[in-house]
Amino acid sequence: MSIPGSGLAKGLAVTLRTMTRRSVTAQYPEVQPELPPRSRGVIALFEENCTVCMLCARECPDWCIYIDSHKETMPAAAPGGRERSRNVLDRFAIDFSLCMYCGICIEVCPFDALFWSPEFEYAETDILELTHERDKLREWMWTVPAPPPLDPGAEEPKELAAAQKSAEKTAAAAAAAAQAQAQAQSQEGEA
Amino acid sequence: MNDILDVALRLVVVLVAFLTLPLIVGQTEHKVMAHMQGRLGPMYAGGFHGWAQLVADGVKFVQKEDVVPADADRRIFQIAPAVALLPYLLVLIAIPVGPNGFVGQDIDAGLFFVLAVMGVGVLGSLMAGWASANKFSLLGGLRTAAQLMAYELPMLLAAASVAMAAGTLSLPGIVESYHWWWTPWQLVGAVVFFTAGLAELQRPPFDMPVADSEIIFGAYTEYTGLRFAFFLLAEYAGIVVLSGLTTVLFLGGWHGPWSDSVGWLWTLLKTFALAFVVIWLRVTYPRMREDQLQKLAWTVLIPLSLAQIALTGVVKVVIS
Repeated sequence: MSIPGSGLAKGLAVTLRTMTRRSVTAQYPEVQPELPPRSRGVIALFEENCTVCMLCARECPDWCIYIDSHKETMPAAAPGGRERSRNVLDRFAIDFSLCMYCGICIEVCPFDALFWSPEFEYAETDILELTHERDKLREWMWTVPAPPPLDPGAEEPKELAAAQKSAEKTAAAAAAAAQAQAQAQSQEGEA
Repeated sequence: MNDILDVALRLVVVLVAFLTLPLIVGQTEHKVMAHMQGRLGPMYAGGFHGWAQLVADGVKFVQKEDVVPADADRRIFQIAPAVALLPYLLVLIAIPVGPNGFVGQDIDAGLFFVLAVMGVGVLGSLMAGWASANKFSLLGGLRTAAQLMAYELPMLLAAASVAMAAGTLSLPGIVESYHWWWTPWQLVGAVVFFTAGLAELQRPPFDMPVADSEIIFGAYTEYTGLRFAFFLLAEYAGIVVLSGLTTVLFLGGWHGPWSDSVGWLWTLLKTFALAFVVIWLRVTYPRMREDQLQKLAWTVLIPLSLAQIALTGVVKVVIS
C-alpha cells in the first residue's frame, strides 16, 4: 500500500531531475558532432593502390560505382623478356545518391584502395553533383583518420598473425640452415 | 498636483510590471519546459540563449492578418481578448509588493475586489467561444464556463479562510498581520487556492477548455494575430497574478529577513517560485478529463476548503 499522492510526487521528481541533467539536444551547425570511431561518412579512393580489378563495382548492391579503364603495354623489363600489359584507371566515380553506405566495396577491395572517411557534409542542391569523380574521391582520402586502436580483448588482426607466422618460418629456416652448416663444418674437421 | 503625479507614477509602474513580468514568466516557461524534457528551448532569438524569443513572437503576431469569421458576432469577438486581459491588469494594481504602501492602490475590500475581477477574466474566454460561430469554440467556451463555476467556489472559500484569520479584507492588511505559523495553519487552504487558480487560468493539467487534441484550441480557435497574442498574454499575466495572490495570502508577501528594505524582493521571489511551480506542474502532468476535472473540484477541493474554514474558525476562537 503506497501513500496516496506518491505517484504525483514521483512525477514531479522525474521532471525536476531531468531539468538538472544536461539536455541531449545537438547544436549541430554550431557544434560539430563527436562521431564514433569507424564512422561511415563518405568513401575515399587511394588510386595508386587501385588495379582496376572491378571487384568493388561488381559487388556493389546499388551499382553506384563507375569504373573506366584501358590497357597499356609496358616494354619488357629485361632484354628478351615478354611485354607486360597494365590496367590504367580512366574514371572512378561513386554516385552517393545511390550509395547505401554498406561498405561492401571497402571490404572486398583486395589492395586497400577504398577507405571510410567520417566527413558527412557534402549535401548538394543538384542530385547530379552527388556523383563524386576521382579527384573528389581523392580529396576525401586526406580526411581518412588513422585506424583506431583495437578494443580491449579484441582478436588479433589476421595480418599480424600471418606476418608472425611467416617470420617464425623464416627464423626456423635460418636456424636449420645454420645448424646444417655447423654440422657440415664439424664433419669436415673430423675427416 | 503631487497627488496626480503619485497616482500616475504608480500606474506606470504597475503597467510596466504588467508588460514585463508575464514575458519573463513566458520565457522561463520556454526554458524550464525545454530542460525538463531534455531539450534546450529557444537558442537563437536575441543571440544569448534565445532571450528575445517572446519579442520575436510578438513581432510575428503583430504582422499577422486579423481575421474575423464571417458569421461571428463581430463586436463581441473583437473585444473578447481585451476582456480576458484587462482584469489581470486591474488585479495587479491591488497586489501589495512591499511594506509601507508599496502597492498600486490600497483597497479596503482588496481581497473581494481581486477575486471578483479575476472572475471577469474568464468571461473573455466565454465571449470568445460564443462569438466565434464555431462549434469547437463553443465547446471550449462552455467548458470554460463549467470550470469557472466549479473552481471559483473553492478559491473563494480558501481566500475567505485567510480573511477570517487576518480579520481584514485588505490585502496589505492581511500581509501585515501574517505570522510564520500561518503557512502550516492555512496549508490546505493554500493548496486549494493554488489548484483552483490553476484551473481558472486553464493551465495544464486543467486545460480541458483548450484541449488541442480534441477541440483544436477551444474558445481561441478562430483568433489570429494580435488578438490571439492577447489571450496568450492573459494566460501568463494570470500566472503572475495567481502566484502573486498566493504569495500575499498564504506565504506572507514581503515578510522575510530585512523585509523593511528589500520586502518587494521577497514578494517577487516568492511569486516567481510559485510561477516555477505552475510551469513544473504543466510539464509533469497530463491533461485531466472533463469529468475528472469536475469531480476534483466538487468532491475534493470544496470539502477541503470547508474543512480549512472550520479549522481556521476553531483556531481563531481558541487563540482569541
